[in-house]
Amino acid sequence: MTNMRMTEKNLKDRENKISAKGVDVFYGDTHAIKDVDVNILNNTVTAFIGPSGCGKSTFLRCLNRMNDTIDIARVTGQILLDGDDIYDKSVDPVTLRARVGMVFQKPNPFPKSIYDNIAYGPRIHGLVNNKAELDEVVEKSLRRAAIWDEAKDRLDQPGTGLSGGQQQRLCIARAIATAPEVLLMDEPCSALDPIATAQIEELIDELRQDFAVVIVTHSMQQAARVSQKTAFFHLGVVAEYGDTNQIFTNPVDKRTQDYITGRFG
Amino acid sequence: MLLFTFIAIALLALGGYMLSRGRAIALADGRLARLHSRPSYHGLYSLLWTALVGIAVLLIVGEGWLFLNQQLFYGMIADALPDEPFIAHQLVLSDARAIAAGQVASTTDALRTELADTIASMESLRIWVTCGLALLSAGAAWFLTYSRISLEWRARNRSEQIIQVILAVCAVIAILTTIGIVLSLISETLNFFSKIGWRVDMYLFGTTWSPLSGVSAGALDPEKVGAVPLFAGTFMITIIAMLVAVPVGLFAAIYLSDFASKRTRSWAKPMLEVLAGVPTVVYGFFAAITVAPAIRDAGTFLGLNVDSSSALAAGTVMGIMIIPFISSLSDDVINSVPQSLRDGSYGLGATKAETIRQVVLPAALPGIVSAILLGISRAVGETMIVVMAAGQGANLTWNPLEAVTTVTVQIVMLYTGDTDLETASGPVFALGFTLFCVTLLLNVVALRIVRRYREMYD
Repeated sequence: MTNMRMTEKNLKDRENKISAKGVDVFYGDTHAIKDVDVNILNNTVTAFIGPSGCGKSTFLRCLNRMNDTIDIARVTGQILLDGDDIYDKSVDPVTLRARVGMVFQKPNPFPKSIYDNIAYGPRIHGLVNNKAELDEVVEKSLRRAAIWDEAKDRLDQPGTGLSGGQQQRLCIARAIATAPEVLLMDEPCSALDPIATAQIEELIDELRQDFAVVIVTHSMQQAARVSQKTAFFHLGVVAEYGDTNQIFTNPVDKRTQDYITGRFG
Repeated sequence: MLLFTFIAIALLALGGYMLSRGRAIALADGRLARLHSRPSYHGLYSLLWTALVGIAVLLIVGEGWLFLNQQLFYGMIADALPDEPFIAHQLVLSDARAIAAGQVASTTDALRTELADTIASMESLRIWVTCGLALLSAGAAWFLTYSRISLEWRARNRSEQIIQVILAVCAVIAILTTIGIVLSLISETLNFFSKIGWRVDMYLFGTTWSPLSGVSAGALDPEKVGAVPLFAGTFMITIIAMLVAVPVGLFAAIYLSDFASKRTRSWAKPMLEVLAGVPTVVYGFFAAITVAPAIRDAGTFLGLNVDSSSALAAGTVMGIMIIPFISSLSDDVINSVPQSLRDGSYGLGATKAETIRQVVLPAALPGIVSAILLGISRAVGETMIVVMAAGQGANLTWNPLEAVTTVTVQIVMLYTGDTDLETASGPVFALGFTLFCVTLLLNVVALRIVRRYREMYD
């Protein structure tokens, strides 16, 4: 089963997973995102970089309709997931979010045991039929998130008792357990120390084999280390989007150049 | 005169504040940063000492002297009327005081008039000297602080120390009051137990409550002080109240915190809290004249026999009274569950209902439990509603349609009846102490749970 899925994924390698065209976001009267076009490719890490307040997190939250939970936010334009408009009236944001998982800036484990944290998604989506299957999913997810060794002896203890880096890996495991197709990460390392950051970055590179990963980051070094594609956001527009190598070595846009050379931001 | 002295001390303190502050500013000579403490702290230091010394002298000298004068007057009366009891001496003294103050006395005779003259002169001497002394010492205190002002003088640290002591004294007053109440409850309860021949078991487990019958014999009958029907009634009404308050309050809180729009919330929450402001006596007659007959009619319609004042009526109304406590506290707790947890759950594709049931409520559970416990201790101690709507006979029953009585009702009955307070006090204090233990236990448990909850997110 897993192997079949892998081959299927490999066939579709580097295909468009999400394509956004002409996306605008308004917070009340504020025009936060202006006419953004970005494509997210399969089995690729796409980094969103840019100065604070440039709209990269806002755009990320459009991709799984998390902005729906904010009353004053309004999204226009077209975002296609596998060719289907995710803002279509027939789309249930709840099912969408099961396909497009999210990891947040601050680790937010539920005040439950480590096991129940991971089992949360599979349980609510009915992904497993019995306890044995659930056990398997939990172990697999924890292993994928490189936290199995630290957590296996304390599965029944609260997830809030872990260290910050462990909590973030727990949250990544929790997102993986729901078997999403795309994984959105909103500055996943900004609350972590360098060692935990290195572990998460390594993990992101691994996850690329199975998912399309989108990561918002403040650290340009991080973007350069983990991503293959980079979009540079500036004042609500995408100033430049292209291969990470090209963006960091030979940026076309003047603003990108200024930001990368540290002239602002 | 006393009032005048208080005002004079206050004015002196304020004046002292201005003068000391002025002197500090003058000393700084245009460069305020040279002062160790800001000028207002120099002023505050003077103000605190002036006011504290003045008031302390006024109270200590005034009260001490009053006590001495009192002894003197009683001595004089005892010399004149050696055979009369003490209560007659008290009467004479209060008459003499009335005459001295120019009011009407019960009788006027030579002793009383003569005593009144002494009182008038002694008391006016006392008041004048006390007030003068108080003002003098306040002034002296001010002068001492004023003369100490210098560039290096640490007026800020000193006045902060004084304020700290004042704060500590206030805290100690609150604590001592509690201790005093508990001690008096305990001693009166022990007194009551001694009157029933230390048959504590009869009090705790007996099922007949009629403590004042046969009390003329002097001792209480241990056969008739069984508190079980009272506590059974209290708990039955509390359970009925919580059956009403917990679901309604909790669901209202969930609606308000997670479903209601900002606008709905802005008027719905205050409206709910108005319920908490309704005086319990209003709930009481609402229960007695509206709810109890309604329940009785409904019961009759169904062919049930319902007492005119039933545990069900009292419990239901009490539940309505407790709704705002539960909903308001739970709403605060649910709101304090971090948004990041909700986002985490939505981000995994959970619906709103799943998020609330599986993430928000478990996270808020400790707070909700403590809200419920506070509601229970409120219900256990509630008096007015049950006095009016629950019934008065100590009736041991499981049927919520019958009249029952509660601990608080019996306390009210014992003290408002025509028995003298001395006799009624025994059972009243024992009941009060037992009730206090129950609510204390509930509050301790609630506080512990709340503390555990706080540790989770800080």
